[in-house]
Amino acid sequence: MVVNASQDDPEKARRFREAALPYLDDAYTLARYLLRDAADAEDAVQECYLRAYKHFDSYRGPAMKPWLFAILRNVCRAEYARRKTAPTAVEELPEGGEQTPMWNEAPETPEKQMLRRFDGDTVRKLVAALAEPFRETFVLREIQNLSYREIADVAAVPVGTVMSRLARARAMLRSAWLAEQERAK
Amino acid sequence: MTCEEAEVLIHALIDGELDAGHAREVEAHIEGCAHCAALMKEYQEIRQAIAESDLRYKAPLELRRKIEKALPQPQAAPSRRSVLRGFAMGSAVSAMAATGLVAIVLRNDDEQRIENEVVSAHLRSLQAGHLIDVVSTDQHTVKPWFNGKLDVSPPVIDLTAQGFTLIGGRLDYVNAREIGAVVYKRRQHVINLFVAQTANTERKTAKVSTLQGFNIRRWSDRGLNYWAVSDLGADELSEFGDKFESAMRANKEG
Ligand SMILES: [Zn+2]
Repeated sequence: MVVNASQDDPEKARRFREAALPYLDDAYTLARYLLRDAADAEDAVQECYLRAYKHFDSYRGPAMKPWLFAILRNVCRAEYARRKTAPTAVEELPEGGEQTPMWNEAPETPEKQMLRRFDGDTVRKLVAALAEPFRETFVLREIQNLSYREIADVAAVPVGTVMSRLARARAMLRSAWLAEQERAK
Repeated sequence: MTCEEAEVLIHALIDGELDAGHAREVEAHIEGCAHCAALMKEYQEIRQAIAESDLRYKAPLELRRKIEKALPQPQAAPSRRSVLRGFAMGSAVSAMAATGLVAIVLRNDDEQRIENEVVSAHLRSLQAGHLIDVVSTDQHTVKPWFNGKLDVSPPVIDLTAQGFTLIGGRLDYVNAREIGAVVYKRRQHVINLFVAQTANTERKTAKVSTLQGFNIRRWSDRGLNYWAVSDLGADELSEFGDKFESAMRANKEG
C-alpha cells in the first residue's frame, strides 16, 4: 500500500494533500451511505485517495470534490460486485434498520399536519434504507450539495436521469418518513 | 402541465435547477393545484429537516493517518537540496553564511506550510459535528482526556473569567502527525489552540499573521509550539494569547 517510486514526488504529494485531503470527511460520508458499512467505507476511501493520487497528474478539474466522488463511486461499485459474489454479504439494511417496505407508495393526499422532526440517527437510517441508485443521487444532492450537472458527471448518467431519480428518492423518503411518523405515534 | 410532470419538476424547482420558463410553468400549475402545492410544501419541509440534521460522518483519524502514510511524506528536502545546490554553485558565499541562510529559508518554508495546515484543520473543525471530541468546560475533564492519546498532553487552561470560554478538546492531524487542539469560544467565535511538541525549547514571542481570512497567533514556550486560530480580530486573538501565556506563567510560579 505504498505508492511506487516514480510517484514519489513530494511536490506532487503536497499539491495533492492541499487539494484532496480537505474532502476526506465528504468522501467518507459518501462511502458510508453507499456501502452502509464503516469498515468497508474506510477501505473504499483509502483506495479512492490512492487512485486519485495516481491520476492526479491528469486531473484538470473541474472541481476536486466531484472528481474524487467519481473515483470513489467506481471503487464502491467494485465492492458491490464483490458482495454479490460473496456467499454471505448481500446489501443488508444497517443494524436495527427500518424494516418498513420502501416501496409502498406515498399517500395520495399530502398530510395536513406538520411533518414530525426526527433526530439525526433516525433520519440517517431513513436515508440509508433508500434503494440504490436513489440513495446515491439523494446523498449527492442533499448531503453533499452537488448540482444536477455534477451529480450527472459523478454517476455517469444524463441530467434528466438525475432529476427523475431525485424525484423518486424524495418520494420514497417521504413515504418512509410518514410511515415512521405513523409508527412513532 | 399534468400533475405527473409537475411531481417530477417540483424537485428541480426546489433545487433551483429549472430555467425561468419551466419554473414559471411549474409555479402556474402549483397555483391551480392544491395536491401538488401541498406535496411541494411537504418536500420543502423534509428538505429543511434534512438540512438541519447532521447527516455527515467524520472520517476516522486512523483513515487519515493511513492515507497520509501512503503518500510521499511532505519534506522540506527538495527545497533544501535545491537551495544547497544553488549555494554550491555560488562559491562566493561563505559556508557559514550559507548555513544560516538555508536555515532561514527552510524555517519560513516550513512555517508557512504548517500554518496552511493549521488553518485547514481549523476549517475542518468548523464543519457540523467536527469541532470537539471531548465536550467540557472543565479543564480537569479536558486535560486528562488527552493523556495517553498524545506523547505530550497540551496544557488546558480555563480562561472563562478572562472572557474566553473553554468548550472542549479534540485530536487533530497537522504536519503528518497527531496534535492536540484545545477549543475555546468568545461570543460566537471559535478559537482552536493547536499545541505540538518541539525539540526546540527556546521561547519564541508571539507572531500574528493572517491566512485565508483567519488570524493566527503563533508562539513557542518550554518545548511546545502553539497556534491559536480564529476568525476573531487580530486584537482579540492577541488578547487571548496574552491571557493564556500569563495564566501559564502564573501556573508555573504558583
Ligand atoms: Zn398537480
